Amino acid sequence: MGTAAEVLKDFKGFNMKNIPTEELLSPGHRACQGCVEILGLRLALKAIGKDVIVASATGCMEIVTSPFPQTAWRVPWIHVAFENAAAVISGVEAAYKALIRKGKIEDKKVVFLAYGGDGGTADIGLQALSGALERGHDFVYLCLDNEAYMNTGIQRSSSTPYGAMTTTSPPGKKSIGQSTWKKNLPAIVAAHGIPYVATASPAYPVDLMNKVKKAATVPGPAYVHIYSTCPTGWRHDSSIAIEVAKMAVATNVFPLYEVIDGEWKLSRKNPKPKPVREYLKMQRRFRHLTDDEIAKIQARVDAEWKTLLERCGESPEAAKDKDE
Amino acid sequence: MSFDVEKDPFIFAHSKLCEGEAGKTGGWRSYKPIINHEKCTPSKNKKPSCFLCWLYCPEGVVKKTIPVTIDYDYCKGCGICAEECPTKAIEMVDESKERCA
Repeated sequence: MGTAAEVLKDFKGFNMKNIPTEELLSPGHRACQGCVEILGLRLALKAIGKDVIVASATGCMEIVTSPFPQTAWRVPWIHVAFENAAAVISGVEAAYKALIRKGKIEDKKVVFLAYGGDGGTADIGLQALSGALERGHDFVYLCLDNEAYMNTGIQRSSSTPYGAMTTTSPPGKKSIGQSTWKKNLPAIVAAHGIPYVATASPAYPVDLMNKVKKAATVPGPAYVHIYSTCPTGWRHDSSIAIEVAKMAVATNVFPLYEVIDGEWKLSRKNPKPKPVREYLKMQRRFRHLTDDEIAKIQARVDAEWKTLLERCGESPEAAKDKDE
Repeated sequence: MSFDVEKDPFIFAHSKLCEGEAGKTGGWRSYKPIINHEKCTPSKNKKPSCFLCWLYCPEGVVKKTIPVTIDYDYCKGCGICAEECPTKAIEMVDESKERCA
């Protein structure tokens, strides 16, 4: 049993009854209507509580909460450049440890939280994140994945899924939209051998909060990949934002799992996955896709799900059921 | 931890924490969520239960109280609460005409 598994042995999670009512992000911020990214952040902060220091990469969540001279954050918060949220939070953590060692402050068990969007994590901030994970700082990194650079006007990122329309991957006669597959960032992070990696979705809020709480509890680096639907960029109605997030889990487009000390564990087994078409047709960014392209996406999703089942040591019965 | 912003000569620009840093964001709304307390589970049973609207609200304007209340000053009218309500107690009412008048 590794250290993280040992710490999490007596882990007491949240349920519907004991979720804190305190809001650490004040209402009236500039997020779009139906923004699930800020919902993910709100739930994550609820799970961690107010003893936290936050470093924010540039992105939607920085833009919408902190235009001078006001801020929506009720906790200590620092905005840094696009690429170095993880580097800055490692510096904050190291400084905090040094001050305790010198006896200047007392240890209040502060959680160090860094977050970025998919651009700030998978593209621009990847080397800073990788460095911080490798150095083993005790911090939590949240990737709020809305699958494109939304705050500058929906440009593609390496996390944009195949076939999606963005302003820099427009579909047309000779293009099907985004021509590359989504980068599997949680697997890249898990390959660093850090104590805790998880994927979470705000459509399952209690699960998300438990995962963030676990990430804050384990010593050493922890990473949570939060799937955040974006009504503005994905072109769907703001009211169905949670339904889209639920559908992504139900179709295995975004499976929920945890990696504790290198042991993969599925959070939702999903024995009867729905066809990917149902997920794609909810969003206008996929409306140009032909049946051939949808079949291609389905095959890819099935293959990735099978790999995940193998990693988790589950029998691939779920995949077999679907073939019949 | 507290320090005096006014006295610290190294702080030239300092943001203030406030609700509604974007102003009264309720003005963005074209559909207003109205709760029907005859259908709403916590109001009906007078017991704390459900509160899915509170949990799913991206804005954090739904209050976890009995009866459930919504802060219309900041509610942007996204409609997630109405969509996710298990008893369909929340209705989105068009208020764009009312505003124009």
